[in-house]
Amino acid sequence: MADASPSLISLLGIERTFLLGDSKVHALRDVNLQITPGEYIAVMGPSGSGKSTLLNMIGLLDRPDAGTYLLENRDVTTLEPDELAKVRSERIGFIFQSFHLVPRLTAAANIELPLILSGMPAGERSKRVAQALKEYGLNERANHRPNELSGGQRQRVAIARATILRPAVLLADEPTGNLDRATGEEVVRLLEALNAQGMTLIVVTHDQALGARAKRQIRMEDGAVVSDVMNSTGTHP
Amino acid sequence: MLLKDSARFAFHAINAHRMRSFLTLLGIAVGIAAVILLTSIGEGVHQFVLSEFTQFGTNVIGIAPGKVKTGGQPPSGIPTTARLLTMEDAQSLKQLPQVTAASPMVWGNSEVEGNGRLRRSTIYGVDADFTHVFSAKVQIGSSLPREGEGSSRAFVVLGSKLRNELFGNKNPLGARVRIGGLHFRVIGVMAPKGQFLGIDLDDTAYIPAQRAMELYNREGLTKIHVIYAEGASSTTVAEAVRKRLTLRHGHEDFTITTQEDMLNTLSNILDVLTMAVGALGGISLLVGGVGIVTIMTISVAERTNEVGLLMALGARRSTVLGLFLSESVILAAVGGAFGLLLGAGLAQTLRFALPKLPVHTPWSFAVGAILMSAVIGLLAGVMPARSAARLDPIEALRAE
Repeated sequence: MADASPSLISLLGIERTFLLGDSKVHALRDVNLQITPGEYIAVMGPSGSGKSTLLNMIGLLDRPDAGTYLLENRDVTTLEPDELAKVRSERIGFIFQSFHLVPRLTAAANIELPLILSGMPAGERSKRVAQALKEYGLNERANHRPNELSGGQRQRVAIARATILRPAVLLADEPTGNLDRATGEEVVRLLEALNAQGMTLIVVTHDQALGARAKRQIRMEDGAVVSDVMNSTGTHP
Repeated sequence: MLLKDSARFAFHAINAHRMRSFLTLLGIAVGIAAVILLTSIGEGVHQFVLSEFTQFGTNVIGIAPGKVKTGGQPPSGIPTTARLLTMEDAQSLKQLPQVTAASPMVWGNSEVEGNGRLRRSTIYGVDADFTHVFSAKVQIGSSLPREGEGSSRAFVVLGSKLRNELFGNKNPLGARVRIGGLHFRVIGVMAPKGQFLGIDLDDTAYIPAQRAMELYNREGLTKIHVIYAEGASSTTVAEAVRKRLTLRHGHEDFTITTQEDMLNTLSNILDVLTMAVGALGGISLLVGGVGIVTIMTISVAERTNEVGLLMALGARRSTVLGLFLSESVILAAVGGAFGLLLGAGLAQTLRFALPKLPVHTPWSFAVGAILMSAVIGLLAGVMPARSAARLDPIEALRAE
C-alpha cells in the first residue's frame, strides 16, 4: 500500500449504524482506508453492503457514529454543518446514477450551480462555464434543458458540474447505471481522463467490467471491507 | 450565495410553474385588492364626511344653551330650565380677543311668499356676521346690516335656490316677501353653497335674529357660533368664551363644542370604520397567505431531490432556507403589486361608475399593501422553507 505517499483520505475505524424500525443495521463496520491523491478506486459489492454509505461518508453527506475521518490531514468529523458545506463545495465532486440535473435549468445553468452557490461573481462564472462547455463538448447544447439532452450528454453536464470547482475527489455512484454500453464507455473514458489529470476518482459500481478497469478495487460485504487489492492490469508501480 | 443569484434562482423556480404560480399570487392579489378597495372606500367616505363638516371652516365654536355633556343640543322648541342665550351674549362674545365673528342663530321652517309664489324653506335668524359662520358669499345685493342693540330692520337675504324658485331670473332686490306672518324686504341673494348632509343650504332665507325670535315666538337663541382667527388655539378661545358666559350667566349653563373636537372625534370614528372594512379585506388576504403556504409545501415536496443536490454541491442549510423564502416572498410581492393595480383600478372604475360614492386611495396604503404582502410571503414561506432546509441530503437525493 502507498504508505509513503501523503494521504488524501484517511478513514480510521469508521462505524455507522442505522435504525430501521426496531432493528439496527450495521452499514459500516470498522472501516479503515487510506487513499492517496490521484488514485482510481472501484468500490464493489452486493446491494446493501454499505458501498453508498461509504461514498456518502467520504462525500461528507453522512457522519460516522465512531471513528475518525481525515480529509487532507484535517479532521472533518467534528466540523460544523456550514464548514462541511464549504468543504463539499471546494473539495468534493458528486456524480449520480440518475444525473440529478435541475430540470428547469439549461445545461449551462446546471454547470453554473456550484459556482453560484459558492458566491462567485457573475463575470468570473460565465468565463468558467464557457470553458467547461467547450472542454466537455457541450457548446451546442448549452441552452438546452436536461429533457432535450441525451443520456450521455446529461451525464457529461453532471460531470462538468462536479468538476468545475476543481475538487480533490470525484465520487461517482453507478455513473453508467442509466446509460447504454457505448455511452457508458464514453462517460467512463471521460472520468478516467480526469483521473489521469490527477483527480482522485472513486467509483461505486455493480458492473464487474467497470470495476476491473480501476487500479484499486475495494470489495465490501455487510458493511465491512473484505478485500482491497491493486489491479494486476493497473499500471501501478 | 449572492442575494441577486438567490432571487434569480427563486424566480426561475416560480417561472417553471407559471399557471400554478399565477393562481397562487392571484390569491394574494385578490386579498390586497380587497383591502385596497375597501380601505379606499372607507378613506373616501372619511374625507367626504370631514369635508362636509369643514365646509364651514374648522375654526368654529358652537355654544348651545343648557349643559349637555354628551354633546349635541336639546331639540329646539322643547322647554329647558337652562338660562337662555341672548342677543347680548352674542354681542359680548364679539369683543373677546382672537374672536373675529360671533353670530347668534335661531332657526325654523316657514312658508315664504314672494312674487306671487309660495315655498316652504328653512329660515335662519342671524346677524351681520353670518357670512363668516356659513363661509358663504353674497352674490348680489348686500348682507344683513350691522345694527345697534334692540333695533333690526325687516331685511332678508335669500338663498340662491329660494330666489330661483320665487323670482326665477327676475331681480329680487327690493322686492317684498312674507315669511310666516312678517314682511321683509329682499336686500341680497347668497351664492350657491350646495348641500350639507342632505340639507339644501341654498333653500334658505336669512333674517335678523331678533325678527326670527319674534317669528318663532322664542325668547332665546338656539345657538351662537363664534369664529376665531386662523392659528389661534381653539382651547384658549373656548376657555375665554366659557369664562365670559359664566360671568354673564352666573354659572355654566351652556355647552361649548369646538369644531376641532368634533372633527377629531368624527375622524377617529371614521378611522375605526376604515380599519374595520380593511380587516374584512384582510380575511381574504389571509386566505391568500394560506395558499402560498400550500403551494410552497408542495413545491418543497416536489423538489426534495433538488434540495439534496444543492446540499451535495455545497449549499448551506441557510442557503436552502433563503432560496425557498425568496420564492414565497417574490410570489407574495408580485401578487401584492398585482393586487394593488387591481384594487386601485377597481377604485378608479368605481369612481367613474358611481361618482357619488367617494373613493380615495392614499399612497401610504399602496406602500403598506406591498410591504404587508412581502411580510405575508415571508411568514407563509417560513414553515415550508424550514422543512426544506432540515432535509437529510442522503434521503433527499434518494427521493423520487
